Parts: sequence; structure tokens; C-alpha cells
Amino acid sequence: MVDTQTALKQTPLHATHLGHRARMVAFGGWDMPVEYSGISDEHLAVRTRAGLFDVSHMGEIEIAGSDALAAVQQISANDASRLAIGQIQYSALTTEQGTFVDDLLVYRMADDHFLLVVNASNIDKDFAWIRTQVQPFADAPAVNTSSRYALLALQGPAAVDVLQTLTATPLADIRYYWFEPGEIAGVRGTISRTGYSGEDGFEVFVPPAHAPAVWQAILHAGASAGVVPAGLGARDTLRLEASMRLFGNDMDETTTVLEAGLGWVVGWKKPTFNGAGVLRAQKANGVTRTLVGIEMVDRAIARHGYPVLLDGQPVGVVTSGTQTPFLKKAIAMAYVPADLAQHDRELHVDVRGRLAAARIVPMPFYKRPRS
Amino acid sequence: MYPADLKYTKDHEWIRVDTDAADVGITDFAQQQLGDVVFVELPQVGRVLSQGEVFGTIESVKAVSELFSPVAGEIVAVNDALTSAPEQVNADPHTAWIIRVRTSNPSDLDALLDAEAYTQHVG
Repeated sequence: MVDTQTALKQTPLHATHLGHRARMVAFGGWDMPVEYSGISDEHLAVRTRAGLFDVSHMGEIEIAGSDALAAVQQISANDASRLAIGQIQYSALTTEQGTFVDDLLVYRMADDHFLLVVNASNIDKDFAWIRTQVQPFADAPAVNTSSRYALLALQGPAAVDVLQTLTATPLADIRYYWFEPGEIAGVRGTISRTGYSGEDGFEVFVPPAHAPAVWQAILHAGASAGVVPAGLGARDTLRLEASMRLFGNDMDETTTVLEAGLGWVVGWKKPTFNGAGVLRAQKANGVTRTLVGIEMVDRAIARHGYPVLLDGQPVGVVTSGTQTPFLKKAIAMAYVPADLAQHDRELHVDVRGRLAAARIVPMPFYKRPRS
Repeated sequence: MYPADLKYTKDHEWIRVDTDAADVGITDFAQQQLGDVVFVELPQVGRVLSQGEVFGTIESVKAVSELFSPVAGEIVAVNDALTSAPEQVNADPHTAWIIRVRTSNPSDLDALLDAEAYTQHVG
């Protein structure tokens, strides 16, 4: 017998989660908290106050050197030349077929230094891919620096005020998708105005040894504002409500960037990048299938892998779905033929042998109110 | 923790036997494992179940779980309140019954666990 429990990796906050009596699950090779007080409770806390997530399982890969920009431009679909130092962009790590090796955030640390934040389950695959891809560049070595960072995400409308009590960096001056070096609770790190919840918030990179102290400091500072620890369960329902894609569910190496509805991350003006030929052809000719938002009409929850039917014929598949705690609706994303992808079109989802009525709706399902 | 007047299955259902019928629900352990329950799929009243037969599903935000009948019998009522308030299963699992069954084979109960045995089963 293989004891899989011992093979799971642990973040620097693992003991902290056990101390909170979190329910732990295996996720992407990591032993991670799925919930503390409950998914709905944590979800609502993030929408109305703030929640603190341990996302240290996410990977970091850095490319630095005089050819770093050229290398990033080749492997990442978005146009990294448009990034100022201190700026971030969402992008796709593309294959030659225009499909996803992964999705990622690209941080411009310096003119010739980029930090890529990638999915936990893909760290080894991405690093192997990137190392091969940067070979042709004379000076763009890639380093897997994942173990050098703990990553904490404070998400929700109260995040800015709570975090501000722990840092001298003026957080209001950090715009969405920008970052600053700074001290948080006396610990040197990087403060990034990003997240995966559909709310305002920050992700802070700190040295792993200091992660538990920073975690406790944030929870302590946020106690009166109702900040709670939040797990991967709420992270998933929050991102789905905000229509943010999840690699492995909503896109993977078989789906292109355009099929996933992420054409906005493609730097079309770049002379070339991995998958440019396929993506330019799809842009010109249209895609045959596309990711749409679905709202259930019948009382049922569409989940990953459930077939989508039109007039009794299978036409697509659900990629993600849940009952959302905030909107209180059953929502899902699904691939359907592009010629069927009109809002309000009625479809059915095969929910374990029972056909449940659903309709196509615009995404995002949830958009935060702008103050 | 687990009421002594209930019997339990290894699949984490409970049954409360009254004179003529028995209520069936899921245990506190089961609701903890599921997390926030958002949907209970109830069967038709009048359906006849065999012992161990699937009679419905219960869904939380993160998972779907089948419900197994602890005993054979006819469904005489379902708890419609769970349709609009499925969270009652989390709040009060040993009160929030799901189906009421007129048992057809009293000896089915002999195969079930008492509170002490169930506590050991989940411990």
C-alpha cells in the first residue's frame, strides 16, 4: 500500500490550517484546506467583508536575462512588452495549437525580469515546458522559485483597510493588476492587487518562514471587520461566480484560448508567439465551439463533465458548475457549438440521467459593485 | 452525540422507528463530510424501496451523495421543507428527516448499528 497522505506537499501554513481545524483535502498534489467555517459562510464573508486564503501552493517561475522579454513574448499569448515594471497581466501559456499548457499571471519585476505565477498542479509540467521553450534564447534562463514564496490572498471589500493597518505602503495607490515591494506586519514581501474571487483584494508574497506570522497578523487585524480564513471550496465558488476560468476544468491542452473566450489575453499585434497561427486563423474564421455561461432553470446542479443536450442530442459538456452561495442560483460553464451560443437559448443538462432545463446567460454571473 | 433512540447505517443514514412508520435522515457525521447542503432530491411518495436501495441524492456545494434506505418499505411522506431549506440538514441533522417509510420487514432493523456501534464506526 502506498500511503498517499505522506506524499502530499504541505504549504508553510499547513500547521496553521490544522490549528484552525480546517477540513483538508488533496488538491493538485497538496494537502490544502477546503473549508474552515463552511464554504457558503466563507464565500459570503469574501463578498461582504474579506476572507484570507493560503494560496502558497501556486507556483512561481522566473525568467531573467537580456532575452527575458523575447522569451516571455514567445511562450505567453499576451503582450508582455506592454507591461511597465510593477505591472501584471493575465495570460495563457500556449502550445503550438493555441491550446493551454496553463493559464498564468505575468509580473514584470524589472525590464529583463519576469515572474510567472502558475497553477499548483502544473508547476513541474510548466517548468519543463518553459525550460525547453527558452532554450533558443541566448540569455533567458528560467528558474522554478516556487519554494521561495508563500502566497496569501486577502480578498473582499474590507481587504484594503485591513491590510493597510499592517503596512506603510499606501495601498490605495496600487492599482488593480499592479504590485509594489513592501513590508507586511514587519515582513519584507511583495504586495499585489490581484485575486481570484471577483472582489477587490491583495495577494502578498512573503518568505515561507514568515508566512504563519503574517497570516495571524492579518486575521488579528481583520477580526473586528469580520475577516475569516477561507479555503479552496469558497475560492472555487467565488471564481465561478465571477466567471474566472479554472485550468483543468474550463480549459486545458485540448481547448484553445479563443474557444475558452479569452481572446482578450492575446497580444494580436505581436509578430509571433506559440500558437499564433492557429489563433489568428480562429480569429479570422471563427471558432466551432465556445465556453458559455449557463443558469439552471430546473432545480439541479450541473457539474463538471455532465453532458449538455439540445433537442435530446448531446451538443456539449459542462466544465464547472455549482450552487452559488451569493447569487443563490445554480450556475455553470459549458462548451457548446458556437452557432448555438446565444443568450437565453434553452438547453438541457443530463444530471445523472435526469434532464434538467437550463439556459445560456451572459458572463460574468457576478460583477462587484464599483464604489 | 448520536441519539440512542436512532439506528444507523454504515452509509451514514439514521432511522427513527415509530409505531407505524420510520423517519430516515443523514447523520451528523454525513452532513459534516458533505459541508453546506444546497439540494435534496426527494423521491415520489408511494415508491416501494428495498433495503439499501438508493432513494434520492443530497448535494452540497462541493459534492453529490446518494441516499440509501436503511429498511425495506413504502415511502409514505417526504420532507418538502428541505426543498426550500436544505440547510436544515446541516443545522439539525438528526431532526431533519428526509423520507418517512412504512417498514415492511421489521427484522431489517437488526442489521443496523446502534448509537454506540455507529460512534465507533465513524470514530
